Amino acid sequence: MANRVIQFREALREAMSEEMRRDERVYLMGEEVAEYNGAYKVSQGMLDEFGPKRVIDTPISELGFTAVAVGSAQNGLRPIVEYMTWNFAVLPLDQILNTASKMLAMSGGQVGCPIVFRGPNGSAGQLGAQHSTAFESLYANIPGLKVISVSNPYDAKGLLKSAIRDDDPVIFMESEVMYGDKGEVPEEEYLIPIGKADIKRAGSDVTIVSFNKMMKVALGAAEELAKENINAEVIDLRTIRPLDWHTVLESVKKTNRLVIVEEQWPFASVSSELAYTIQKEGFDYLDAPVRRITSADAPMHYAPNLVAAYLPDVPRTVKLVKEVMYLKK
Amino acid sequence: MSTTTKESVKFTKETYLYWYELMLLLRKFEEKAGQLYGMQKIRGFCHLYIGQEALAAGCMTATKPDDTFITAYRDHGLAIAKGITPKACMAELYGKATGCSKGKGGSMHFFGVKERFFGGHGIVGAQIGTGAGLAFAEQYKGTDSVSLTFFGDGAARQGMLHETFNLAMLWKLPVIFICENNNYAMGTSVQRTSNVIDIYKLADAYEMPGDSVDGMSPEAVHEAVARAVKRAREGGGPTLLEIKTYRYKGHSMSDPQKYRTKEEVEEYKQRDPIEYTREKLVNDFKVPESEIEVINDRVKAEVDESVKFAEESPWPSDDELLKDVYIQQDYPFIVD
Repeated sequence: MANRVIQFREALREAMSEEMRRDERVYLMGEEVAEYNGAYKVSQGMLDEFGPKRVIDTPISELGFTAVAVGSAQNGLRPIVEYMTWNFAVLPLDQILNTASKMLAMSGGQVGCPIVFRGPNGSAGQLGAQHSTAFESLYANIPGLKVISVSNPYDAKGLLKSAIRDDDPVIFMESEVMYGDKGEVPEEEYLIPIGKADIKRAGSDVTIVSFNKMMKVALGAAEELAKENINAEVIDLRTIRPLDWHTVLESVKKTNRLVIVEEQWPFASVSSELAYTIQKEGFDYLDAPVRRITSADAPMHYAPNLVAAYLPDVPRTVKLVKEVMYLKK
Repeated sequence: MSTTTKESVKFTKETYLYWYELMLLLRKFEEKAGQLYGMQKIRGFCHLYIGQEALAAGCMTATKPDDTFITAYRDHGLAIAKGITPKACMAELYGKATGCSKGKGGSMHFFGVKERFFGGHGIVGAQIGTGAGLAFAEQYKGTDSVSLTFFGDGAARQGMLHETFNLAMLWKLPVIFICENNNYAMGTSVQRTSNVIDIYKLADAYEMPGDSVDGMSPEAVHEAVARAVKRAREGGGPTLLEIKTYRYKGHSMSDPQKYRTKEEVEEYKQRDPIEYTREKLVNDFKVPESEIEVINDRVKAEVDESVKFAEESPWPSDDELLKDVYIQQDYPFIVD
């Protein structure tokens, strides 16, 4: 069967539309999702197909409409809430953290919250400090939530469909700079299970782990390293919580070296958690300390050179891999 | 600046000259910024103020330099009006070290604390509360300064507005809440965001004085703001002014503007405040065209100089990455 090539935004749209056709309880809510066809055109055409009852424009009231969506999820619906960026979802963090994630526990299992919160995350060029935060590690810290962060159209569609069908609250993270990316996506329906990492490139010398758009850095570094006959295995976590450390450990058993590339700030990040688990479970397999490249320990500044200095990149990843392999230069 | 009486205010020729030159400067600066964005000299998000200049003009003549301004991300106009130089603003748009925020803020985050401009803010509605905080500090310190707190019609639907209105009335804070209603929250018209489409009426719930103002008229803006400022200075507390204005350009540089008609945009351009002020000067004050031309040339030169300055300025040094994160100079950052 020949695979089609479609854009990231189309893959997300197909996932939502298919699930909305399948289940009347699913609806989409957010700023500019309906008449404007989505700030990033993810929901283009969905108002036409599903009507204003199920594709709902909201005022700029993130706390309010999130609360309404959470309440509706507790009362039998299955909302998809789109944030124009996760940076605007700090206001409704109260609803996500204090209501959605805790209701099942507080009610002794009576009331769950089947809801998907989705939107672009992290930096997207020179957008300044308030539009550039990567929130995976922050949300992954919260018990009761599942956190997905995808890097390509295929994974995006399969995982978003699973997220919509999941009975627990799911955080789903995309990227403004990937919506136009193209990738193969089958015509046939498929689901990708939550909580499974994926080996995007097989290798034997070093394991590089990443997720979301930093996968481009990880894969780019692997390309560079291949030119020097260093075979990196590149793993895309895809789901941050629950964290599939088993797949990483199996790889490390083979490579004995681990480098993690992520856009998070360094303190208590995804790499911190993964490094802890790998040293605990795989201590005897490691031939070098687990190393990482994160964003700088600072807000992201606007100037282009400071953006470049802030984010992980291919040259620094290549250099770090050589360090864990004890290669000079 | 001009004094106000309740009914009719006579503005001097000097006031109109000031308004004309200021509004023209904002307009020309923004037109240039738009061009430079197209040339990718300016990156990130860029929200232009074109069409809303009368608001900045009227607010400036109705306040004194010590009064504070704070606004959202459509901040170029108010920043320049408040006294941050076009050079520092243009350099900031470029991301240069000489910018008003050292190239760290960009279009959305102009700051000039010396000029009492407390920033462009990127999260919708957040500065409504912060602006009340600026006023709280003035009240606390016992000054007679007031806080002009600007936000858009979209931000009027944030919960922040309601909590802040309640506190500001409870504590009679010297703050003027100025809703720059340009009728569109990105692509969503005011009518599609609420049952209450007269935003000034939101003040009623807190028994706060509220007023609707013609934002295409610098005179109307001045009069309304002057009344509110007087009340705030005298301890009478906050006011909400819904100033009805219009942005000729899109929400940001990437907006296809399918939510409104070209005719609607043209209708507002017929009431352009810069053209109105120019005609007032020529017809009512008999200012010769030659004098207008001198102003036009001066503005053009100032904008051109700002571009030259930005072009020739250096980037921030790379070690600025971990500067301005803490005041503490030897903070132990995590550096892997």
